[in-house]
Amino acid sequence: MQLTITYFALLRDQRGLDTETIDSPAATPAELYTQLAEQHSFTLPSSALKVAVNDDFAHWTTPLKDGDTIVFIPPVAGG
Amino acid sequence: MHSPTFSMSSTPLEPEVLKKELLDSHAGALATFEGWVRNHNEGQPVDQLEYSSYPQLAEKEGQRIVAEALERFEIDAAIAQHRVGLLPIGGIAVWVGVSAAHRGAAFDACRYIIEEIKSRVPIWKKEYYSTGVTDWVNCHQET
Repeated sequence: MQLTITYFALLRDQRGLDTETIDSPAATPAELYTQLAEQHSFTLPSSALKVAVNDDFAHWTTPLKDGDTIVFIPPVAGG
Repeated sequence: MHSPTFSMSSTPLEPEVLKKELLDSHAGALATFEGWVRNHNEGQPVDQLEYSSYPQLAEKEGQRIVAEALERFEIDAAIAQHRVGLLPIGGIAVWVGVSAAHRGAAFDACRYIIEEIKSRVPIWKKEYYSTGVTDWVNCHQET
């Protein structure tokens, strides 16, 4: 399944790029983050993150579909 | 009926211009909040800040917050704008303005909007310390 991941803030720094499309067997954002965190040594635990699928907030257990865009949202700090 | 307005800006915010958009002959009160870039955080001197956002979701979530404020409080109109990019000390990072018939609702709604922005809108802040080190605020690495 082809998934596009866009990175922001600390995750962008740790991944070293803005966006990538990968072929992944991950069925949910939770599985995808576990896979990526291991590959790229991300330091933030998933409990500190929120997740968005196709530009809106989603659950960690939302089933992913081919072509989805996923964003893992680090702790926000606006204002 | 006013439409909710929340936007991100890559150029300096202009409170006087934003304020004019809230002018309404029904309103007897205007409450505003400005978030400024300060020169220190957690004991460290800060030289400048960089804000970045997830633009599609930031605008969507910000507009939801303003819509919620219009539902919950007896207000006439509300506008919020947040900066992205590099900001110097003293720069305006965020501006919130609420007009209402009476001050109570204006203060309450203004407070609601800024608190929700800070906790919900996908915006990140990178601090540049005088030591040359940079850090993403709230993203301290867990061990």
